Amino acid sequence: MSRPLISVENLTLRFRTDEGLVTAVNDVSFDIAPGEVLGLVGESGSGKSVTAKSLMMLNAENSVYDDDSRITLRVDDREIDVLSLRRPREQMIIRGGAISMIFQEPMASFAPAITIGNQMVEQLLIHSEMTKAEAKEVSIEMLARVGIPEPAQRFGQYAFEFSGGMRQRAMIAMALSTKPKLLIADEPTTALDVTIQAQVIELMKDLVAEFHMSILFITHDLGVIAQTADRVAVMYLGNLVETGTVRQVINSPAHPYTRGLLNSLPKLDDLDAPLTPVPGDIPSPLDRPSGCVFHTRCPEFIGDVCKQQVPETTVDSASHQVACHLATRGESA
Amino acid sequence: MSDVLIAARDLSVHFPLRGFVLGERPVVRACEGINLEIEKGSFFGLVGESGSGKTTLGRAMLRAAPISHGEVVYSDDEVTYDLGTLKGPELKDYRTRAQLIFQDPYAALSPRMTVRDIIAEPLEVMGLTSSREETDQRVREIAAKCRLNLEHLRRFPHAFSGGQRQRISIARALVSDPRFIVADESVAALDVSIQADVLNLLNKIQEESGITFLFISHDLSVIAHTCDFVAVMYLGQIVEAAPTRKLFSETAHPYTKALLSAIPSLDPDAQSRAQKLEGEIPSPINPPPGCRFNTRCPHARERCRSEVPEWREMSGGHHVACHFAEEID
Repeated sequence: MSRPLISVENLTLRFRTDEGLVTAVNDVSFDIAPGEVLGLVGESGSGKSVTAKSLMMLNAENSVYDDDSRITLRVDDREIDVLSLRRPREQMIIRGGAISMIFQEPMASFAPAITIGNQMVEQLLIHSEMTKAEAKEVSIEMLARVGIPEPAQRFGQYAFEFSGGMRQRAMIAMALSTKPKLLIADEPTTALDVTIQAQVIELMKDLVAEFHMSILFITHDLGVIAQTADRVAVMYLGNLVETGTVRQVINSPAHPYTRGLLNSLPKLDDLDAPLTPVPGDIPSPLDRPSGCVFHTRCPEFIGDVCKQQVPETTVDSASHQVACHLATRGESA
Repeated sequence: MSDVLIAARDLSVHFPLRGFVLGERPVVRACEGINLEIEKGSFFGLVGESGSGKTTLGRAMLRAAPISHGEVVYSDDEVTYDLGTLKGPELKDYRTRAQLIFQDPYAALSPRMTVRDIIAEPLEVMGLTSSREETDQRVREIAAKCRLNLEHLRRFPHAFSGGQRQRISIARALVSDPRFIVADESVAALDVSIQADVLNLLNKIQEESGITFLFISHDLSVIAHTCDFVAVMYLGQIVEAAPTRKLFSETAHPYTKALLSAIPSLDPDAQSRAQKLEGEIPSPINPPPGCRFNTRCPHARERCRSEVPEWREMSGGHHVACHFAEEID
């Protein structure tokens, strides 16, 4: 395997709040190889968006990174220590330069009073040497590439004149026009209808192949992950509980939480299968359970060891990692 | 038929647009010519994309949206109401019989009321109980049914997670002992691990109390698992309705087929068999002539662009509105 494009090591992130330090991400490590799509799955509050935002240093002022947290980005034979970038000028490389991001709510991600075209041109002027006219040409080309009809006319319109699916396409066009090495897609299809979602997923797959970029694809929908990702990382309450290829994680999940997520999904090919919820609710991040964070809801709880000891990450097979005491003992299915 | 609880006949809901002075005033045709019968004790699913009019239809059945044309008739073993003309005490009575569970459990509960007060409010407003003791008694009964304990009742909604809040909403809807509940996207805002829990709770309530549910959702797989009967809406019209199993095994309408194939499969090796739909849902102000789906339908022919397809029965209980339902595969 070639060297990873980006490596996240021991990322721990806390937020200073009135109620004390809240741990949002706890000792998370993963790599993304060039051209790879990594799916990051978890429920709301699991820390997946916060993890992604730390790659661009987009977390709020009150965030505190632990000292041994390290994010390394490798572009053009350079190694960039992301968390050490302080000045806005240095941060350009991670904010739209080598890393771009598309958000869940496309309406909220465009400025309402500036035309779509001007927003696209603006970022090209910042991140490249293009002239205004060239930037306009590239932007219109990108709009056409993502399947927006009459791109030259659309270029001069505002976000409110676009439909939901079209806004998300424009967002993708904008994120890709600077040719980033890594695209962070934070729930890009969640606000869309299924038929439009299918169109957007198809488009993203085509673009990955065409531009050979990596994607960090964040979603709570395991079906979307199964259709897009090469590898999957499952997060629960700020911890990475399982990582593996999409086939390993979906066909033979090793962590009880991953199994629980899969069992709670309604499946169309078996209408009689009961829906099994994961019992209980996600604990508050202010009140993180000791030991294994999932022990309060775990159906396969094996006693004090889960309550007291943080499970180590074990390697089940090449590339399949799981953090669970059951796996450590070799009793995992 | 006596076992029908609520029926819509040729129901249309139009919302006039403001601000037009000259010419005919344009209207948003949110629902047009809907025929629907919901049987007593059934769990009826209504599925469609955003803008298809499913929420409006649900609201019309609660008389919370104006009925522009056609009628909605509700009849249980005690009363029969024509909702279009209902007013005064009869309308009040209907409000106790039909209830709504909202989509967003964060917005639906007042942050300034305790859970006990939230659940008790319908009883007090409708004057269904005569004393505070009776109210408390009733609230406790319902809360237990929805797996909320006494400790929970004293707290405020902010202390609860999404799943718990949705159980509070459900308790509030159940407290007036309704016969009919419209659940509008009631699990859409919840995480999957919690969603299954709320769906199971709704199914259990339905089995125990025989309440009829109209379950509105954009998610066909959720509908498939909870409902006995499904209607599919597109741009203000019902395009296909059938018992759940039939709808999935003998899908007839090209829109339903496209919806089904657009659901991402959990199997990473599954070939994408999506019959991709081009474009997006047209505006309900100016719907396409003929079959409303013709602009996106992969099988559309000349006839589809001019002639409105008839709502017809294909086989027992399976209705479809498509000229060529038998021919296309």
